[in-house]
Amino acid sequence: MKFVDEFRNPELIMKTTEEIRRLTDPLRHYRVMEVCGGHTHAIYRFGLKDVLPENIDLIHGPGCPVCVLPMGRIDDGLSIAAQPNVIFAAFGDMMRVPGAHGSPLEHKARGADVRIVYSPTDAIKLAKANPDKHVMFFAIGFETTAPSTALTLQRAKAEGLQNFSVFCNHVTIIPAIRAILDSPDMRLDGFIGPGHCSTVIGCRPYEWIASDEGKPIVVCGFEPLDLLQSIVMLLRQLKNVEAKVENQYKRVVPWEGNRAALKAMNEVFQLRPYFEWRGLGFISQSALRIRDSYAQWDAERRFNVPGIRITDPKAAQCGEVLKGVLKPAQCKLFAQECTPESPVGALMVSSEGSCAAFYNYQHRKPVTISNANLASVV
Amino acid sequence: MENFAGKVRFRESQIEMAHGAGGKASRRLVEGLFAPLLFGSNSGPLGDAAHIQINGTRIAMTTDSFVVKPLSFPGGSIGELAINGTVNDLAVSGAKAEAIVVTFVLEAGLPTVILEAEVRAMGKAAHQAEVVIAGGDTKVVEHGKADNMYITTTGIGRLIPGVTVSASSVQPGDKVLLSGPIGDHGITILLARGELDLEAELRSDTRSVLPLVQALVRAAGPGVRWMRDPTRGGVATSLNELARDCGHGIVLFEEKIPLRDTVRGACELLGLDPLHIANEGQFLAIVSADLAETALQALREAPGGSEAEIIGEIREQPASAVLVTTLYGGMRLVDMLVGDPLPRIC
Amino acid sequence: MCLAIPGKIIEITADATHSALVDVMGVRRRVDLGLLQEDKPRMGDWVLIHVGFAMSKISEADALDQMHTLQMLGESEAAMEEVRGYGLEDVEQKRIT
Repeated sequence: MKFVDEFRNPELIMKTTEEIRRLTDPLRHYRVMEVCGGHTHAIYRFGLKDVLPENIDLIHGPGCPVCVLPMGRIDDGLSIAAQPNVIFAAFGDMMRVPGAHGSPLEHKARGADVRIVYSPTDAIKLAKANPDKHVMFFAIGFETTAPSTALTLQRAKAEGLQNFSVFCNHVTIIPAIRAILDSPDMRLDGFIGPGHCSTVIGCRPYEWIASDEGKPIVVCGFEPLDLLQSIVMLLRQLKNVEAKVENQYKRVVPWEGNRAALKAMNEVFQLRPYFEWRGLGFISQSALRIRDSYAQWDAERRFNVPGIRITDPKAAQCGEVLKGVLKPAQCKLFAQECTPESPVGALMVSSEGSCAAFYNYQHRKPVTISNANLASVV
Repeated sequence: MENFAGKVRFRESQIEMAHGAGGKASRRLVEGLFAPLLFGSNSGPLGDAAHIQINGTRIAMTTDSFVVKPLSFPGGSIGELAINGTVNDLAVSGAKAEAIVVTFVLEAGLPTVILEAEVRAMGKAAHQAEVVIAGGDTKVVEHGKADNMYITTTGIGRLIPGVTVSASSVQPGDKVLLSGPIGDHGITILLARGELDLEAELRSDTRSVLPLVQALVRAAGPGVRWMRDPTRGGVATSLNELARDCGHGIVLFEEKIPLRDTVRGACELLGLDPLHIANEGQFLAIVSADLAETALQALREAPGGSEAEIIGEIREQPASAVLVTTLYGGMRLVDMLVGDPLPRIC
Repeated sequence: MCLAIPGKIIEITADATHSALVDVMGVRRRVDLGLLQEDKPRMGDWVLIHVGFAMSKISEADALDQMHTLQMLGESEAAMEEVRGYGLEDVEQKRIT
């Protein structure tokens, strides 16, 4: 598979891990955060923790748009789906995320018209194919996905499509990173920067992380060699006591980002004054809402949305895990009440949520794990 | 009269789609509700087929139901799935299917041409598999109640001499054999549903694996410990069931798992793991180390077995778990499927 | 947010729909080119696909460059070792003091 297999080359992987070993100071403990959920998933899927030295700790960040979505927003979306002649369309990632009365799939089992789409344009196709129904697309994602929703809304408007709307839950990545760095319990040496988000926003938005916070950040791809090479680049910066933004994912990420994508986003969306992030609380200017010029296609204005707010059970420590303060296995509910099949928090249901990734892919030891033993397991 | 029924451990208040997907939820339903009430409190590991003793002869028996949308897809249709599925269940239990009875639950309004096509396909598949269709039953339900048609089959067969399969006979050191590329069927169905707007030259792999099983037994019978056809839930689910039943660990070598390019492409595009995708024409066999190469050669030389591979081995650790390793030393645990595989964008 | 796959453009539609047929290992899907209007891809180009949209063109040159960099990893180290083998390190030491 071109542009994939070369970056999974075992010999080069082993060579890169040797370089990582050469660059690591055995007396130092490195804490590096990968912000993006896709990176978390890749790290586990490729078993990269098994090839890294023990003193490099990969902390999972909050870049999982499903995980940071408060449960109330899912219920709001499902309340629209419950109305007659409404088709609830969403990506597969959303289908098993629990709302207060079940996940979208469970609602489907009870008779709601819930459909999985691969692209927001598929939702428009659904609307055209079902003129007597209303298709509501439940949009999630960071800046990687928002431009696609924007373009879709532009199309819907241009065609005067009447039976289509978007329930917009797009969030932006920079405020999430800021929340991490502002968190008092956080101690990080550097960041593995978002890869696909950056194809849209470019590398400039990360400059303050290096210049103001003094942390190196490397914009990184998703194949094993991308992740390992980014770690090499971070280690080199740390060794030279530098802090700058580097672009490891050059073959795909333009430094200036994608102007057409940013333009479309700007035409369709504006920033909400604040938005609630599951586990991180209210963050200002961190999420997108649909502009007045597209009000007709904004599900929140087309329908009466209850504005449900549901707090997570106190025992669920999603927030601390999202911020990287706790490891998944340190949450009291992990693998007990909270499993991928019966998730208490969304970190367990999204396959890129740290808890689900850890649960599904980690090298499970047959003995019970106490907090003391965690160093060797996580 | 002793209390036959065991205790029901199934706690969920309603049945969901996941309970039929072949993964963890299905297992919970079978083990938590059906097993205690139907199989008595001392039932062992539940296999695909049952071997029972009648008048001193051991015969094998299996049943299965077929619910598939769309009814017809590249490479086959529900009719072929029904016959091949039953023949395969018996084959991997170490038996040759002799006769099958079929029931049809038909939806009122189903066009006769469609029914005829399915029945024709069944007849053809039965002929190819050398199995007799001995009888059947038909019911018709109201429009909207049956997704066009549901087929149930029950098959009986004679044990193949020279082989006994059981999870408890699996030992560390044994090798894991796979008859051919995985994921063809599940991805074909996903694409055929048309919801994802993807196109590919791909066909379901539905076929009878009996000839391959027979070739395997002829060459390496004494070394064959266990077999399974990885249908719903894929290779990952079948091997996780084995790992749980035998208590050992199963380590798979990622680079050895046969996979067609198109299946790989579709899985990468949709964020799916090929190990979780259903197969209808493949089987897994655990073979003792000393006979594994012989077994592999026999499969490769048999028609339709040229892509067989040794994909892994049984080890003591990690106990009751399945691990996939890469050439560069990375490892990931592979769990049983939870519900249907869902495409993802993240 | 992150699942994006490289695909090759095998057909570009002539009309205003800004779309192309993209091939990923033999799997084909119509992909929207609306986000690449300022840098239109051509037949045979490779693009990164996410939720049915082409996000970016993939630069083969940059990919090869990266491969080369990775292959060179440890080469400079190996070269250093060779140099050390010639017994030149006491020359180095003298220069420092």
